[in-house]
Amino acid sequence: MELKNKKNRRDFLKNGALLTGGMLIASGMKPFSALVYATNHNEDAEHWYGMAIDIEKCIGCGNCAKACKIENDVPEEPFFFRTWVEQYTILNDGSKIITSENGGLNGASQDYTPDEIFKSFFVPKMCNHCTNSPCTQVCPVGATFESPEGVALVDSTYCIGCRYCVQACPYGCRYIHPKTKIADKCTLCYHRITNGQVPACQEVCPTNAKIFGDLNDRSSELVQFIKKHDWQILKPHMNTKPKVVYNALSGEVN
Amino acid sequence: MEEHTQHLFEMLSQVDGYIYPNELDLQWGILIVLYPYITGLVAGAFILASLERVFKVKVLKPTYHIALLTALSFLLVATLPLVSHLGKPLRAIEIMITPNGTSAMAIFGFIYLWYLMVVLLLELWFDYRRDMVIWAQQMKGFKRFVYRIFTLGVNDLSPKALRWDEKLGYFITIIGIPSAFLLHGYVGFIFGSVKANPWWSTVLMPVIFLFSAMVSGIALVMVVYLIISYIRKMKVDMKCLDMIGRYLLIALILDFSLESLDQIHRIYEAEESFEIISLLMSGQLTYTLLVFQVLLGTIIPLIVLTILQFYKKNIRLRQTLYMVVGFIVLIGIFFMRWNIVIGGQLFSKSFHGFTSFKLQLIGSEGILMAGLWLIIPIFILAFLLWLFPPWKKTEETAY
Repeated sequence: MELKNKKNRRDFLKNGALLTGGMLIASGMKPFSALVYATNHNEDAEHWYGMAIDIEKCIGCGNCAKACKIENDVPEEPFFFRTWVEQYTILNDGSKIITSENGGLNGASQDYTPDEIFKSFFVPKMCNHCTNSPCTQVCPVGATFESPEGVALVDSTYCIGCRYCVQACPYGCRYIHPKTKIADKCTLCYHRITNGQVPACQEVCPTNAKIFGDLNDRSSELVQFIKKHDWQILKPHMNTKPKVVYNALSGEVN
Repeated sequence: MEEHTQHLFEMLSQVDGYIYPNELDLQWGILIVLYPYITGLVAGAFILASLERVFKVKVLKPTYHIALLTALSFLLVATLPLVSHLGKPLRAIEIMITPNGTSAMAIFGFIYLWYLMVVLLLELWFDYRRDMVIWAQQMKGFKRFVYRIFTLGVNDLSPKALRWDEKLGYFITIIGIPSAFLLHGYVGFIFGSVKANPWWSTVLMPVIFLFSAMVSGIALVMVVYLIISYIRKMKVDMKCLDMIGRYLLIALILDFSLESLDQIHRIYEAEESFEIISLLMSGQLTYTLLVFQVLLGTIIPLIVLTILQFYKKNIRLRQTLYMVVGFIVLIGIFFMRWNIVIGGQLFSKSFHGFTSFKLQLIGSEGILMAGLWLIIPIFILAFLLWLFPPWKKTEETAY
């Protein structure tokens, strides 16, 4: 009886030590695992969020930009945007005119007559939530990071406001918030998508030009859309591997 | 409305073509121009000093300590414009505490501290230790107090100890050369590694930064040496001055060749960004690039320095010419930094338009503040020269 007790006690100590040691080692390893999935497709992740934007459907109403500003407290001035709409007009003489009056907030207008225009279309822009994101790569303190779901986020309590990430983004998707003085960007409405809702820009889109979804879920609307359409990404030569894809993206778009 | 936001509204009308809306706000202003400028001066001055010590260019001896003290004065200030530019300056220390392994910027603090603590301060300490011990005995009051603290209690003046000073100082200078290369080549990498920006993203950037650093550092030491000699009413060592002039010429030729190579390569490859960059160079950068950087800061000094290699007659004229060349080279390199830092932000990453940059006079990002950051090191240098006068050092035994 006494012997058994002793053995139990020894086992308890042994297991306890193992557990503590294991936890210590695991917590020590954690930062390294974070580094690994910052640049790789994480198939082990439960979700891997992305978005498809259908240029054929976009009518340039600017509801997305407006909703984003309201939902995310984006400063209202026309030089701070998490999402904006560009209007491309290709004239018959071959010249390319790009505009984004007020970021597309108030819809679009056309200065040219139909006779002069070869073609015209709208391109909603937003953070591409790159798999190889240059912004998270260059952040000196790791304040901007990729969430386990592949969303590029900024830790506002940590950002030092050095602006290197703004320089590193090839898509012009970041700005320095004029009040907080730290980097700000599209979060894919992280607070909404983690609660089962879609991003605000998609919610208000009258033509369903935006399709948010989980790239890991084969049956999701997003994956089905990608399967059925000829999609393209912005600036593929940058090798940033965006998770925002475009349908019917014309070669004129930069 | 906030002042900066109001400024941005004014800039809206200055936009030429199409830029992404967030690009209106120019992120890095004149303070970030100063950062590569000042660190370049440090690295260049140090490299000139090491020419004397490691490569045994004995004629440069009169400028050895001046170069080291100049490097230290500017290095002490180098981080201040950077930190004051941060949105959250109080969080600056996070770069040291939790650096991000993949960020080129994250190791800046370490390289800076390495250079300051291990290279410059240690080298100066080994170099001045004997003098500080002697001066501490001779002088009274503040100076005596400072010297006694700075000797760190190592008062041994035996020949053996002095030999060790000499050996260790030499060793540190050797470490110092790659460190100076690292200090400034690394600054070049911060810009050169931004693939989103075709004006910055070139593998030559660290090398160009390095050679332009040498150019500016050598020019600065030359100017400082001439001014010190003038104030102290001492005769300028013309052999030394000519040698500095020769090194400046060599550095300028290398720097100019590298930058030309970079531009020729751009023009010949004519990549996607070529059109916008040529518009940038012929547009908003005309004066700062073609006039200040290339003509004033490079071509004219190249011609004058070449002539000075052969013209050896009028000493006064030569000194004046060296002085003028030193100044215009310093201006030219400042505008080289300007053209890189500001120029790289003027065009849109959509390659379809330009924003513009309007320098303010006052405020933390203004001309006056920038001028202050350049004047402070000169005061520090004057103080250091008063505290550690190279001309009062006891004759060195050997090296």
